[in-house]
Amino acid sequence: MLEARNITKRFSGVTALLNINLSLQSGKVTAIVGENGAGKSTLMKILSGVHRQYEGDIIYNGKPVKFSSTRDAEEAGIAIIHQELNLVPHLSIAENIFLGKEITTALGVLDKRQMNKVAEQLLARLNFAINPETKILDIKVGQQQLVEIAKALHANASVIIMDEPTSAISDKEVDNLFSIINQLKSEGKTIAYISHKFKELFAIADKYVVLRDGTTVDEGDINNVTQQVLIQKMTGREIIQQQHISNFDEADLILAVKNLNLRHPERKSVNLLNNISFQLHKGEILGIYGLMGAGRTELMEVIFGLHPKTSTGEILVENISQKIKSPCDAIEAGIALVPEDRKLQGLILNQSVNKNIGLAILKQLQHWGIMLSHAKEKILSATYINRLGIKTTTGNNAVQNLSGGNQQKIVIAKWLATNPKILLLDEPTRGIDINAKSEIYKLMRTLAAEGMGIIMVSSELPEILAVSDRVLVMCEGEMTANLPIANATEQEILKHAIHKN
Amino acid sequence: MTTTSASYTNSLKKFQSLIALVILCIVLSFLTDKFFTASNGVNVLRQVAVNICIATGMTLIVLTGGIDLSVGSVLALCGAITAGLLKNGIPVHSANLYIGFTILGAVLAAIIVGVLLGFFNGLVITKFKVPPFVATLAMLTVARGFTMLYTEGHPISNLGDNFALIGAGSFIGIPVPVWIAIVVVLLAAFITKQTKLGRYIYAIGGNETAAKLSGIRINRVKLIVYSLGAALAAIGGVIVTSRLDSAQPNAGVSYELDAIAAVVIGGTSLNGGKGTVWGTVIGAIIIGVLNNGLVLLNVSPFWQQVVKGGVILFAVIIDKIGDKKE
Repeated sequence: MLEARNITKRFSGVTALLNINLSLQSGKVTAIVGENGAGKSTLMKILSGVHRQYEGDIIYNGKPVKFSSTRDAEEAGIAIIHQELNLVPHLSIAENIFLGKEITTALGVLDKRQMNKVAEQLLARLNFAINPETKILDIKVGQQQLVEIAKALHANASVIIMDEPTSAISDKEVDNLFSIINQLKSEGKTIAYISHKFKELFAIADKYVVLRDGTTVDEGDINNVTQQVLIQKMTGREIIQQQHISNFDEADLILAVKNLNLRHPERKSVNLLNNISFQLHKGEILGIYGLMGAGRTELMEVIFGLHPKTSTGEILVENISQKIKSPCDAIEAGIALVPEDRKLQGLILNQSVNKNIGLAILKQLQHWGIMLSHAKEKILSATYINRLGIKTTTGNNAVQNLSGGNQQKIVIAKWLATNPKILLLDEPTRGIDINAKSEIYKLMRTLAAEGMGIIMVSSELPEILAVSDRVLVMCEGEMTANLPIANATEQEILKHAIHKN
Repeated sequence: MTTTSASYTNSLKKFQSLIALVILCIVLSFLTDKFFTASNGVNVLRQVAVNICIATGMTLIVLTGGIDLSVGSVLALCGAITAGLLKNGIPVHSANLYIGFTILGAVLAAIIVGVLLGFFNGLVITKFKVPPFVATLAMLTVARGFTMLYTEGHPISNLGDNFALIGAGSFIGIPVPVWIAIVVVLLAAFITKQTKLGRYIYAIGGNETAAKLSGIRINRVKLIVYSLGAALAAIGGVIVTSRLDSAQPNAGVSYELDAIAAVVIGGTSLNGGKGTVWGTVIGAIIIGVLNNGLVLLNVSPFWQQVVKGGVILFAVIIDKIGDKKE
């Protein structure tokens, strides 16, 4: 039905997909599994026309096709339902279903009656009885998903790709979704189902495909595999040996987190973090692993004082309880955070290397407490350019002109300048080349050896295993494992990271 | 693009508004011999001094990614307060007394009122997360309303010869308002380039999230820039009132647009994070020269508006084209 042959996709030098093969059959549900970054979403984006530059062929209904836009793919009958639903909250259900394909009367006026009628029929096929004029923001996430499916049905999609469809809905809604998927299956639709929840995969899928590091490593009938085997296939790459053991004293606590909770900002009954407690020692590198939505980034943000109103719990730095209500308080307490997205959260892109490195400690770069000392700033910046090996022609270069690896080093330099006791690194090597990666690992080890406590959040298991002294695993806002590196294997970590139900 | 040609186009871009100003002056000099004279030059500078003050404050605000639509009304209210205090003082009915004000006292009072109005703008924007456009649009109406209430809709005139020196006097041949504008611009240039506050202003406009995560107290910086912006509008109000020897209830109407135009023509991005006070000064002078030249050429006031709008559009488009190349 839909087949991808030898698809290769490169993003400015980084190979995201290499010779991927995938074949989806009509009337079947194909589960697509893989770790974060295995290439699932890139592949789906190619199939649905988001990415247009790639090598290889897509064969659809026996003919090679090349989609020039998502609209193009949609018209051909391929619909994708993203994890983050793409609905307009202030429009009604019917208006969303017909968005971009509105029915008009002979006069060119919107034919609301007709659209509502068709919407109602579509929703009825999904056993969803609701007034189609209800606004999206007034219905639950599970219902919004049904609207997305109705939208796909209206577009007459024959291939429906669902990306983590159950990440935000209740068990009852999952049951309903599954009966709808079964119904679509019996109508001959082709369904691709991406999920980390193995129990669901075994309940709904007929076939499976395992992606790892951008290639297809295995495929077949789901009845012929077990969860164990799937996990093994997902992780089964050569194991990178941990290359160092830090020396740290178990008694030398630098950070203790006790009973941390974080409420959802809108849905008050939902907790994004549940009773998280852990400790970090002087000179230790602590790896935190979790799948998307496990709450890793939120945990870093709470420690850094970004959620003062919605979080509770205690944070102790060197055994002294700290009230951290803002990033300023966190910096004062000796905590630094290198955030997940360097462009959106880490850098002032149009400003120079010097200005970015000095930003968090401008107070110390002044003459007489009034005037900035450009000389002091330059010296500071030069020190870090040299120490971290930042490649830039001059310190006056705007950071937007530098490579990802060098940009990341600048963010790290900014934080090292604050002289932190505790360094939080959220995905410190995302999207940077191998050389810069190994330089950052080396830097982390040097810093740890100097007595800094380091927490590294990462989605990459090999990285977690290669760099950490101890591994914490998170799943759905909870801490599910605390593994000394000697006991940590990819299988063991994944077991704790994957949803239990 | 090679480094040299990149830096060449960069410096060209840096000076493009200055180049535009020079070209404009040359063209006008050929069109009318009344333009390129010392007295006309002084005249233009006197006319643009108020806009330079206001636009300088506006620059600081726009650099953070904000905007202040209320400056014209704040100017009117503060001007009226200066005039009212000078002329009538504050009546204390219970004791049947008037508290009189010296010129300095009245001016300081007006500036304090300006700071408070700006602070209020900042408070609404930071604490209640009201978009700057809306918050200051509300202040535009409110401050104008208070001006009408305070003046009861009538001008407050005859404020004394000494007060008139602020707007109409000269010092070594240069009008006092121009001196005031020079001091304001130098201070603002110092703040933006040589102080922590300035760096924070650019950082917030460049990337507010990154600035916040770097431990910058975003709200505090915004409160300061909106207060400064309104204080400079108050100073503008004092100058206008002094020059006319009268506080007009409808003074400063649409001055915010001239100020924003100067900022934009000067190359400051309305998205924040990029631009300079000097650019704004050039922008304000371009508008002043254009107004002056069109008057000298006897162009009808209606056409003047059309031309002014065209120039603003042209300036922004040139700027966008430059950005795309980078």
